[in-house]
Amino acid sequence: MSKSERVPVYLDYAATTPADPRVAEKMMACLTMDGDFGNPASRSHIFGWKADEDVKIARGHVAALVNADPREIVWTSGATESDNLAIKGVAHFYRKKGKHIITCKTEHKAVLDTCRQLEREGYEVTYLDVESSGLINMKVLEEAIREDTILISIMHVNNETGVVQDIAAIGELARNKGVIFHCDAAQSAGKIEIDLEKMKVDLMSFSAHKVYGPKGIGALYVRRKPRIRIEAQMHGGGHERGMRSGTLAVHQIVGMGEAFRIAKEEMAAESARLLALRERLMSGFSDMEEIYVNGDLSHHVAGVLNISFNFVEGESLIMALKDIAVSSGSACTSASLEPSYVLRALGREDELAHSSIRFSLGRFTTEADVDYTIELVRKKVEKLRELSPLWEMYKDGVDLSKVQWAAH
Amino acid sequence: MAYSDKVMDHYENPRNVGSFEKDDSAVGTGMVGAPACGDVMKLQIKVSDDGVIEDARFKTYGCGSAIASSSLLTEWVKGKTLQQASEIKNTELAEELALPPVKIHCSVLAEDAIKAAIEDYNSKGGTAAEAAEKAADGS
Repeated sequence: MSKSERVPVYLDYAATTPADPRVAEKMMACLTMDGDFGNPASRSHIFGWKADEDVKIARGHVAALVNADPREIVWTSGATESDNLAIKGVAHFYRKKGKHIITCKTEHKAVLDTCRQLEREGYEVTYLDVESSGLINMKVLEEAIREDTILISIMHVNNETGVVQDIAAIGELARNKGVIFHCDAAQSAGKIEIDLEKMKVDLMSFSAHKVYGPKGIGALYVRRKPRIRIEAQMHGGGHERGMRSGTLAVHQIVGMGEAFRIAKEEMAAESARLLALRERLMSGFSDMEEIYVNGDLSHHVAGVLNISFNFVEGESLIMALKDIAVSSGSACTSASLEPSYVLRALGREDELAHSSIRFSLGRFTTEADVDYTIELVRKKVEKLRELSPLWEMYKDGVDLSKVQWAAH
Repeated sequence: MAYSDKVMDHYENPRNVGSFEKDDSAVGTGMVGAPACGDVMKLQIKVSDDGVIEDARFKTYGCGSAIASSSLLTEWVKGKTLQQASEIKNTELAEELALPPVKIHCSVLAEDAIKAAIEDYNSKGGTAAEAAEKAADGS
């Protein structure tokens, strides 16, 4: 087997990324006595002024990546908080206007669970189905909009499948209907082009740690023209124009700023490189029997590949693949015992959802990593299929969909 | 999820993987679980004329705990009488493999599998099954 330089090979960049060394270096300069450790809210001395300047630069980098005004960027603790702030913030501020929210079944839990909470508070939420491609049907979305709809929340890139929604079109529709549009861009910022001058997105959530920045920091874009209002969820001190109080975490913010600066600079080249690696990975599997790609690769972010290896259960495959770090839509990797709700929403049978593996490639993935992965996966899938009664039945020509299974 | 060394051992070196001829009258086959639930176990036993399990084979689609539970079970049933094998409890498997609470259902499935295999063997009316029946009648 060809040796990759680093075992285990990290192929879970959609879960989190290592900080870029350039990011870590900038962050370290904001912690100690000889660095910019000050509180940006301290207006009375140079320590505060320097920290404030650092934050300003970082805010500029984040805004620049998505072509927004720096004043439209609100720092948060991450995309989960940004989603909460956007959705609850709009719902609470505009509650007199209406109590209906539209989202989609394949959203991240940070959006879905926030919507569930609002349902408990008396709001109504429509959870749209997606097509088998993973995409939203625009007609279905349009039909779901009601007189009292105040918010549409649809993610840009799906974290499990890598499918890219047409947020420009959703934005046009929402604006025409006078509905606020929030978009979770945790998986897309720094991976694909986002232009908030052109796209009619009103609120957008960002995360630093998906883009080679640190964990624990994110941002929410809040549009100024037309002005979008949100009710704060965190009170005290009135930081971030009253939308999110709390002393700014300068080192985290500087890290996110640097990560987004690098992303803007390197996105085009990196994305082309990742696409080539993903195609290399895919072609390494393409002659295998009974494999299914989850999500439409023609509307797709470069670094993600989600495949179901039929007749092999995902968790056992992950155990066999302990020399590569990947994730699975199998029930067994979660506490719930339910297979991935995202893959089920795509219309995948439960057994294929149980058999899925998400490979997500990133900045430090090499061709050798990909080649090593191909060999290892092929070998282990073959081994587990030898162990699988379903594979045996399939090979014997049994139609598994016609078998009466003893449910348990 | 962290697995015990015993689970890892059975997972990496599963014992008695394979299949017997299903229609052989000395063979009992138990197939339990469902693909949609994420695990399916096929357990087969080969029974001697005097009602002792001579050999066992399994194939399992499922997580590491499911594979380990069925692998361990094949080791345990060998040399046991049908009666003894039917008395194996899922809790014994779970304890031996130190399964975490969310994986207990894997051991339950294994217990179901051996019961189903014995039932299948008995339904075929094999030699040993007949002998057992006769013994029961005679008493």
